[in-house]
Amino acid sequence: MYKDILQSIDGIEFYAIGAMVLFILFFVGMIIWVIRVDKNYIKKMSELPLKEDKSENLNGLMNFKNIQGGANEF
Amino acid sequence: MELEKFSYDNEIVRKFAFATTLWGLVGMLVGILLAIQLFAPAFNFNIPFLTFGRIRPLHTNAVIFAFVGNAIFMGVYYSLQRLCKARMFSDLLSNIHFWGWQLIIVSAAITLPLGITTSKEYAELEWPIDIAIALVWVAFGINMFATIIKRREKHMYVAIWFYIATWITVTVLHIVNSIEIPASFLKSYPIYAGVQDALVQWWYGHNAVAFFLTTPFLGLMYYFLPKAANRPIYSYKLSIVHFWTLVFIYIWAGPHHLLYSALPDWAQSLGTVFSIMLIAPSWGGMINGLLTLRGAWDRVRENPILKFMVVAVTAYGMATLEGPTLSLKNVNAIAHFTDWIIAHVHVGALGWNGFLTFGILYWLIPILWNTRLYSKKLANFHFWIGFLGIVFYALSMWFSGVTQSLMWKQFTTLGVLQYPNFLETVLQIVPMYIIRMIGGSLYYVGVLVMVYNLVKTVKQGSFVKEEQAEAPALAKFKDPLRKGSYHRWLEGKPLTMLLAALVLILIGTFVEFVPTFLVKSNIPTISSVKPYSPLELQGRDIYIREACNSCHSQLVRPFRSETERYGEYSKAGEYVYDHPFLWGSKRTGPDLHRVGGKYPNLWHYLHMENPSSMSPGSLMPSYPWLLTNDLDISSTESKINVMRSVGVPYPDGYEKIANDELDKQAEKIALDLQNGGVAAEPNKEIIALIAYLQRLGTDIKANSVITGQAGN
Repeated sequence: MYKDILQSIDGIEFYAIGAMVLFILFFVGMIIWVIRVDKNYIKKMSELPLKEDKSENLNGLMNFKNIQGGANEF
Repeated sequence: MELEKFSYDNEIVRKFAFATTLWGLVGMLVGILLAIQLFAPAFNFNIPFLTFGRIRPLHTNAVIFAFVGNAIFMGVYYSLQRLCKARMFSDLLSNIHFWGWQLIIVSAAITLPLGITTSKEYAELEWPIDIAIALVWVAFGINMFATIIKRREKHMYVAIWFYIATWITVTVLHIVNSIEIPASFLKSYPIYAGVQDALVQWWYGHNAVAFFLTTPFLGLMYYFLPKAANRPIYSYKLSIVHFWTLVFIYIWAGPHHLLYSALPDWAQSLGTVFSIMLIAPSWGGMINGLLTLRGAWDRVRENPILKFMVVAVTAYGMATLEGPTLSLKNVNAIAHFTDWIIAHVHVGALGWNGFLTFGILYWLIPILWNTRLYSKKLANFHFWIGFLGIVFYALSMWFSGVTQSLMWKQFTTLGVLQYPNFLETVLQIVPMYIIRMIGGSLYYVGVLVMVYNLVKTVKQGSFVKEEQAEAPALAKFKDPLRKGSYHRWLEGKPLTMLLAALVLILIGTFVEFVPTFLVKSNIPTISSVKPYSPLELQGRDIYIREACNSCHSQLVRPFRSETERYGEYSKAGEYVYDHPFLWGSKRTGPDLHRVGGKYPNLWHYLHMENPSSMSPGSLMPSYPWLLTNDLDISSTESKINVMRSVGVPYPDGYEKIANDELDKQAEKIALDLQNGGVAAEPNKEIIALIAYLQRLGTDIKANSVITGQAGN
């Protein structure tokens, strides 16, 4: 049934295969890029949220950073 | 390198944080009321505005768009400014976004209890509110993109990608699913009918979960979990793979809400295949979140914020394994229309969205007020009682769903249904409904404790309205790592990113939609299926107003257990004049697609007045107002005109004589009722509703020719 429906649209072969090829190319390209990418770049990116703003530094204690004893830091 | 001085806008974050908490309290309280009504229907106090069908969408909308929505904006406005090292582009747009969104929520809270609804799940709001949503959403988008463009940080962290994909996809979803023709100021009909309407709705419904409850929260997870744990995400590479695969695959999975329905088989299978594929990116994301805490689990023991986040991420993983499992046809045959689905969504809502929001609030509020959390003990108490609440909720609903489904399907050795009376299967699970209510209440107690804790925290601190910061301007900033690579090029350009995400989601959308919309043989027409009479059309709108579809499906699946109970299974061609479709997604009561002609008019009259008079022990609420309300027939003409404009073949000039036809049919039903001994008047709403119910599913019983049958 799937075939019957799709065959009734002009140029449908390209439509279905094209979508799959596009995704596979994109996916494979992404994987290759992810495997080869510069380690320093990844490290820098992953640390972006942790680059401190001043107030968060000041509030570090209640923020569970620098916790020594844990329980009494609230 | 010259440093620019600027400040972060904390005021807008504070506003969204307050709104998150307030609407969370409201939305969850309505949820508890609904849970009580499910075993004690008298708790609607015979007030139309408090009846299950009307406040069920109030609960879902309040929790999804008000509680979770405001939480998203709170998190985005906080994290985006810091990740971009820039203040939000425009304080005015921030405020338009905030107040506009709250206004939309208030208008939802007013219109839904009044029964003003499109009936489409999670898109119930009528067209003027839909337009307001679009405008506010665009204001948010402009503000977000302008902030990203004027950022001082060259690279866009993965959280921002999730925000961008969220924005563009929700835009597409909202526009496509809201294409409707107004019949009056607060009433509209979708241009799609029946099967097509169902496909669009569940493409929307599924992706509202994907791109409103999931992707923005993943963005928040990728920002706030590293913050709270004070360590970078486990694998940034994995987060890139997570993002692109999730955005591509999610959009395809919508049809898994329509398995065994009248939707073409190939579309159902497509939905299943992509649902299974979704496990990979979802679990990649969960593992990435949990492994961020590798070697730091001792801190989770000490820190309630991390506890909340760990359970949230785990709930994400559990719900995204359960979802694909439910989309397998053999599992779906048991789970669909039952409380199992209710369990599934609440693992996501209470666990993933709720607990991540609580974790972020406990982390954020002390920072915004430059103080410490008032009580760690209370936060721990919140965690445990909330966790217990989720366990009670999910276990009872799993048990209830499977029990009821198996009872529906049980045959005796003689080959007849063992529980032919639907009510028997409902009364069996009432204890589970009570346990669910207890679970929800425990969760709510936790939220109340959190509110107390946060109010105390706010009182002891002083709010930092403007947070000073400094960073070098982007133009003067040379990235020493830059070596020219495609992805880096991509993630340096927010609009290119937006387009890439858009192309990915549109591929799946087109593959699903185009054949269903263009190819006639997908919806075989049945010659005896005719448009509704004017009275039936008005009755249908009362059915929509009271949201009967919240508890009753109109879709008999092709199982022997269902054809035995309800009659012939539903065909796609039967719904071609249904604007909107009313298949429903949950059977708290029996299916109604073949109810036409099953009972006399008098039965319906007395049943709507007091259901337990006809079905002793029934848990359906009474609808006494339908017997006394006059039917508004001033709208008939415009309704016929709009229906014709969306393709229902009413003859020319029919709108002029429609009310005469309506009167004739109403007189007939009223006379029949009067002969039965009740003082029914022809101009009451109940007459129209009875006319609609008696019409349901009867067309194919007439002599019919099915054309364009494609062997589905």
